[in-house]
Amino acid sequence: MTETPQTETELPRPERSQRPATVDLAAAFEESGVREVLAELDATMIGLAPVKARIRETAALLLVDKARRQMGLATETPTLHMSFTGNPGTGKTTVALKMADLLHRLGYVRKGHLVTVTRDDLVGQYIGHTAPKTKEVLKKAMGGVLFIDEAYYLYRPENERDYGQEAIEILLQVMENNRDDLVVILAGYADRMDRFFESNPGFRSRIAHHIEFPDYSDDELLQISQIMLGAQNYAFDEGARATMAAYIAARRRQPHFANARSIRNALDRARLRQANRLFNEARGPLGAEELSTITESDLRASRVFHGGLGTDRRLQPAAE
Amino acid sequence: MRLRQGQFSFLPDLTDDDIHAQAQYAIDKGWAVSVEYTDDPHPRNTYWEMWGHPMFDNRDAAAVVFEVNECRKAHGGKYIRVIAFDSSAGWESIRMSFIAGRPAEEPGFRVVRQEGEGRIVRYTIESYAMREPEGRRYA
Repeated sequence: MTETPQTETELPRPERSQRPATVDLAAAFEESGVREVLAELDATMIGLAPVKARIRETAALLLVDKARRQMGLATETPTLHMSFTGNPGTGKTTVALKMADLLHRLGYVRKGHLVTVTRDDLVGQYIGHTAPKTKEVLKKAMGGVLFIDEAYYLYRPENERDYGQEAIEILLQVMENNRDDLVVILAGYADRMDRFFESNPGFRSRIAHHIEFPDYSDDELLQISQIMLGAQNYAFDEGARATMAAYIAARRRQPHFANARSIRNALDRARLRQANRLFNEARGPLGAEELSTITESDLRASRVFHGGLGTDRRLQPAAE
Repeated sequence: MRLRQGQFSFLPDLTDDDIHAQAQYAIDKGWAVSVEYTDDPHPRNTYWEMWGHPMFDNRDAAAVVFEVNECRKAHGGKYIRVIAFDSSAGWESIRMSFIAGRPAEEPGFRVVRQEGEGRIVRYTIESYAMREPEGRRYA
């Protein structure tokens, strides 16, 4: 058993001559399946025109960059970390899922899974708890996309001993050193994200793509409500559609409006009322149509039409 | 003398890319990969020190390479291995194990003879490194 320690053998590197002389971008576009992701994005997401345009641009940039790397013109991995800013319910998480898929198809992340976290998942409760916790999450996200929702909560300027700063430092380090391994997307409300970036300039410089999510228009929200219902095999009748349009207009002026999320909650409650109505009123057998139709009365009963959110609770008589 | 334990030990040292590929194979099979280290090279030393928890829900081997490198920083002069645990019924055991880091100098083993009753001689092996106390065995 006498052996000398062996040194690492050098693997043969691809020769310069093996690089392609020309690149067919259209073929690469088809081959990578990017078209399907973009088409899916167009088909499933209503509105969001500026977001879609930005994603299209990003996809084009990455495709060209990939081609440049094949030809040996570029060697560095481009910075892919992004920030999604916008009001609640504007589709940030859904777009992040699509983005993970897109990056996976373009070969910038190996697995393409999305790990969604908030402050609680990154920041520990006592000294020495934060670093392992943050690293655990980062390891889980490697090969995919780490989506940090409401990222500004990581930084609490009012408490200088807050452990969030430690999580930020580890995040920044991994964002810089393991650029090949994971892509970080920070999400949150526009104004608070701006303040967050101001107080953490390290983040701003490491994030290449800032994407703003606009609010949905009333029309778009109506379309979204119909798609949401359709996905659950429900539908509005004529009166209900007009009521829904009125509901959206009224709901927008009330507090805690969260775009598509408010719509989803309203529909959930409408389904509840519909079930209750059918249960109380139904005489004899019900057909598929009755079971899947939301009527005007199911929507009209909403608090939004009766003085708005938060008012009717105060009107209730106090408990004895 | 080079320690030959586990898989790939007759090959040149694995590069980070090799470790990534092997760990990814294990992850794709659904095994939990973890990193361990020791400074006792005896072949019957089964239980090494754990470096962090087994990585149960990591989908990508980059995390394994990351932990191996972290372990090298802290325990560079020791033996580091990557193991893959299969939790499925019937196996519940280690399915893969390979050395991912070793000391620069490995002094090897000596034969120890013990005189027993009559003229019996019992043989065993001992690493030269083991003559130093724990933590001082490799430079």
